[in-house]
Amino acid sequence: MASTLLRTTPAIRAALRTPAAKPAAALFGTSFVRSKATLPDLPYDYSALEPYISGKIMELHHSKHHQTYVNGLNTALETVEEAKEKGDFTKAAAQAPLINFHGGGHLNHSLFWENLAPASKEGGGEPSGSLADAIKRDFGSFDTFRKQTNTALAGIQGSGWAWLVQDKTSGTIGLVTRANQDPVTGNLQPLLGIDAWEHAYYLQYENRKAEYFEAIWNVINWKTVASRFEK
Amino acid sequence: MTDVAASSTAGAGAGASASASASGTQVVPNDFQTNIQYAEMEYPNPPKMAVQQYSLPPLPYAYNALEPAISEAIMALHHDSHHQAYVTNLNKALASYAGAANIADQIALLPCIRFNGGGHINHALFWRNLAPPSSEDAQNPEASAPNLAAAVRATFGSFDALIDRFSAALNGVQGSGWGWLVRTAVPQGGLRIITTKDQDPVVGEEVPLIGVDVWEHAYYLQYMNARPQYIDAVWTVINWTEAEMRYNHGRDSIFDELLAHMEADP
Repeated sequence: MASTLLRTTPAIRAALRTPAAKPAAALFGTSFVRSKATLPDLPYDYSALEPYISGKIMELHHSKHHQTYVNGLNTALETVEEAKEKGDFTKAAAQAPLINFHGGGHLNHSLFWENLAPASKEGGGEPSGSLADAIKRDFGSFDTFRKQTNTALAGIQGSGWAWLVQDKTSGTIGLVTRANQDPVTGNLQPLLGIDAWEHAYYLQYENRKAEYFEAIWNVINWKTVASRFEK
Repeated sequence: MTDVAASSTAGAGAGASASASASGTQVVPNDFQTNIQYAEMEYPNPPKMAVQQYSLPPLPYAYNALEPAISEAIMALHHDSHHQAYVTNLNKALASYAGAANIADQIALLPCIRFNGGGHINHALFWRNLAPPSSEDAQNPEASAPNLAAAVRATFGSFDALIDRFSAALNGVQGSGWGWLVRTAVPQGGLRIITTKDQDPVVGEEVPLIGVDVWEHAYYLQYMNARPQYIDAVWTVINWTEAEMRYNHGRDSIFDELLAHMEADP
């Protein structure tokens, strides 16, 4: 996943944006290559998830919100690099919340776009194969899983996400929620993410978020979720 | 329960009621009588306690009164739907709390009470610290808030500096939350800008003077992802008279005044 999110850029390009900040030796004296996060293309048109998620929402969500996380992450990482070069580790450490927030936002949205698909294509329905078996094993039934997911989404106080995750040790699957843009990390492998931030639905559903949580099942890309599960 | 009643009666001591108790006639002092009755009522049939319920306070101005800073559509949804939902869910949670069988069930309800109770307090404060942009309350902070203005100058240097700092804090809120100008607890306390996440309210010793909602529902229909534009606009609709009132009074009197707007009629 990470490799698709990052694009390598020669350090010189990053350095040229702030030439005054660096002496020439630092500009040219290294072959170090710096990676920058970039906004991934949506794998479908902005309007492709209609009527469940409007084209306007998708356009803003991808081209504005996600872009802002990408920019914020790059800024925070550059600040860390600059602080490191100056030996200012206090400043470097102060970037941690910003890296978590913007880096999480970048990762979460990149996973989200890919686990959605138009209802006319891969979107909707139910999973099959080993993922379907695991859902039945760990939730009892797909319907129970769906209901529990919607309950988890509705219970998020403020902004956040609900995730179907797999425990890397036990192999079992389960639901977790994360506040704001906290990413799923550590021993949990994210399989399916659903964005419960208001910006994900407000222009279309306003305060009726339960309707959005019902609608989104029509555009879940189970093929993507299954491939994450089988990895 | 029997134990409680017995010890209470015994606790009445060797006074006038000793023989009466032995005979089963309840001639105990009133406070013990009350305790016994309460104890007996509590189990197995919990008393129908009067649970404090809350109601949605009306907006102190029309839904379109804050335009162009905040649109009528936002205000209508924000007040009638979002704030109402906090009130409804707070009342449900308080009723469940009162009827909870044990402390574990009560503790499990605390996050719900904090979230919805916070939502109720925060929005009740918010509506009242906003005012139409053409009003004197919004237009002239120096005249509307003389004591607060002196504190602002002492702490921040100027209203512009306050607004710069406050805006930066609001723009920095990650996810849903609020920014507040508060008066610190000490007598004649100074001013501070703080942020709270989700619906966490300012209910400690600090006095909330001005609250600004930066949940996306507070601005999205009009400003979409441009939160900084919403924040720029909100400074045109701050009710500085209300902020001065809060500054001049202690925390308790502010909440007393606020609660008068928040509580349901008995």
